[in-house]
Order: sequence, then structure tokens, then C-alpha cells
Amino acid sequence: MKTVAIARYGAGNVRSVELAVRRLGAEVTDDLERADLAVLPGVGSARSAMDGLGAAADVLRARHAAGRPILGICLGLQLALDESEEDGGVSGLGLVPGRAVRLEAERVPRIGWATVDPGGEAYWFAHSYEAVTDATVATSEGHAAVVEHGSFVGVQFHPEKSGAAGARFLERCLSRA
Amino acid sequence: MPLPRLIPCLDVAGGRVVKGVRFRELRDVGDPVELGAAYSDGGADELVFLDISASIDDRAAAVDVAARVAEQVTIPFTFGGGIRTVEDATALLEAGADKISVNSAALARPELIEELARALGSQAVVVAVDTEDGRVRSHSATRDAARDTVAWAKECEERGAGELLVTSIDRDGMQDGYDLELLAALRDAVSLPVIASGGAGNARHVADALEVSQAALLASILHEDPERLVSLRSELKEFGVCLR
Repeated sequence: MKTVAIARYGAGNVRSVELAVRRLGAEVTDDLERADLAVLPGVGSARSAMDGLGAAADVLRARHAAGRPILGICLGLQLALDESEEDGGVSGLGLVPGRAVRLEAERVPRIGWATVDPGGEAYWFAHSYEAVTDATVATSEGHAAVVEHGSFVGVQFHPEKSGAAGARFLERCLSRA
Repeated sequence: MPLPRLIPCLDVAGGRVVKGVRFRELRDVGDPVELGAAYSDGGADELVFLDISASIDDRAAAVDVAARVAEQVTIPFTFGGGIRTVEDATALLEAGADKISVNSAALARPELIEELARALGSQAVVVAVDTEDGRVRSHSATRDAARDTVAWAKECEERGAGELLVTSIDRDGMQDGYDLELLAALRDAVSLPVIASGGAGNARHVADALEVSQAALLASILHEDPERLVSLRSELKEFGVCLR
């Protein structure tokens, strides 16, 4: 059985992530250092998230340096970058070279199901900022949707809320962990 | 733009799904978790649960309903009703809701929208606007809020709302079409996504609403029957609406 630890820093979607990985048969632990997969969830704003992470920030950096899998979701992806321009500028974890910038889209926040390419699956997005990074491996309507750098995988969408497609994505993350 | 969304709305009172016409004559139509899961299976893009008793009865929002829904439903859902503080809203998101919706409390104290957006991010903050003849109504549409609907929509956006859920009270439950004129005015006035609500009677009405809004809230048209959502989706696809 794979173990999953979720970084707890006051992000809103921790329970949803927990329920989603449990549905796939994973065990949720508090051991961010040793779990097979660490998840950096994210709903909220960059500054309060970085403040809330506290000591977990160093644990995640050490995990990444050791090549242990980390999944960042939504704001969790943006926090992994060098910096975010949200809240007047916030330093990120620096796991992935790049920055989060205010989203340029017809309607902001960008909310709803949108296709991710390559792959062609639709997932659910809800964001006002986007990642700008060379580590982008899949996009959605021109916006970074999946980012990979070393052992870090970040997704702008919410796999825990993307029905069957989201469950399949999480299952792949678990099987690789 | 993300795909147009179909959002079944479940009015909740006392932990049960209820239905009324023009916000009155409520009757019990089922369990929120069972109906929510069935709509999810039927192709809903999101769900909205509105605790319609909360604002009137001064009850706290039904965190336990949100928690039970999150266990069974794997698509996003919004919870509204009785939310007056950041703490009320946080409890619902922690239970597993993705967005909260505020209505009367935001009209009484508009700073609440800013507080919620700061704490939760704008994407989690829906302002529900009940409107009749271009004016906003509050407390389950029982009171005149003394505000112009378009002006209030703009103020909500400036204060950090992430989405507007606009219900035309005079059309709610009547099934003779959404208020397209108002929805078009709102599309031009704000750059937030708008969820159209009130008046859906057939697939054509829904297709028309999705031309001017990003999502359509579905209540009476479904008759609490998830099968109707399945048939509605195929009718909409025949009209050329690009759904998930």
C-alpha cells in the first residue's frame, strides 16, 4: 500500500485530496519526509500559504533534492516556483525554476473544465494566477497545466475534483511514487 | 474559455433537499448526498447546495452535509446559506466544499467579500445575487436590498468575488427562459464568470443562457431527476453546445 502525506498549512482542499487518495487505496500519513508521495495542496493565497508552511518548506526542499516524489496541486504548483507576483510578490519554495503571474484570460478567475494537451482529457480548473516555466509539459488553452521538474509534478487543475479523469491521474502519480 | 458548465442546484433545508416555486411552498425531495452523486454520474459539471433555511432561521451552515457530500461526490461543489464570517466559510471548505456562496450577509456587510477573498482566494468566493426588475433582493428574496443589480455585480467584482450566481426571482421555477437581457448586461459589466439561474424550461433556454453566461444553474427543469440531466445534455449537444 502506498503512503501519502499531505502538507497541512491551512489550504482548503486537504480533506478532498485525502478522500481522493484513500479512494485509490492509499494510506494517508503525517510523515511528509518518508511517505511514498508528498502532496502540496493549494487553495488560498500565496502569502498566507508560504507563511503557513513553516518547517514543512524545508522538508519539501530536502525531499525534492533527494529525488522523492512530490505532487503540487493548483496553488501547490505555484508555491513550488521561485516566486509569485500574487500579494505584491512572494518567494516560493524554488523547487522549479519559474514564476507565477496574474492570469491573462477572457474571464478571471478561470473556472471550469478544460482540456489538457497532450492527452485530451478535461480536468477542473479554478485559478487567477498561472505558472510560467520551462518545465511545463502539458497546457490547457495556452496555460501551464502540468509541470515536471526532477521528482516534482505540479498540476494547475484539481485532480481530486476532476471525477474519473482526475482519479486516473492520481492513480498514475501513486503508481509512479 | 473553459467549457460551458451545467450545474444542478439542490436547495437544502434541515439537511434534506427541498423544492419550492418562487422560494415558497417547500417539499422534501430527497437526500443531498444521494441526489448529488446521481447528478454527478449524470454528467453534472459542478453542484450547488443552497441551504435556503439558513438566512431566515439564523442557523449555522450545514458543515456536516458538505462533509458527507465530499465523501461521495468527486466533482466540485459550492455550498451557500447562512455564511456570515470567514470562519463559517473556512469550515465548509475544510469539510470538502470548493466554493462558498454568500448572499444576504454580503449585502448587509460588503467587506465580507474582501475578507473571504483574502482568506480563501477569489476562486472560492461566489456571490449569489437574487434579482427582480433590475433590483437586488435579500433574505431568500423576501426583502428589497435597495441596490441596482448591475452596480452590485460590479461592486462584488471590485471587492474580490470570484463568480456571480445570478437568480432572476421573477423567473425562478416558471420554466419560461432565463433573463437573457440581464445576463448580457452583466457579461458586459464584469469580467467574472457568471452562473445564470432562474427560468430554465427546455434545452433551448439553457443553450441561450450559455451563449451569454459561463454556466447554467439547473433546478426546476430537472424535476430532481438525474435522468433528465442526461437527456438535457444530449439535446444541448445537438444544438451544438460544446459540453464536457
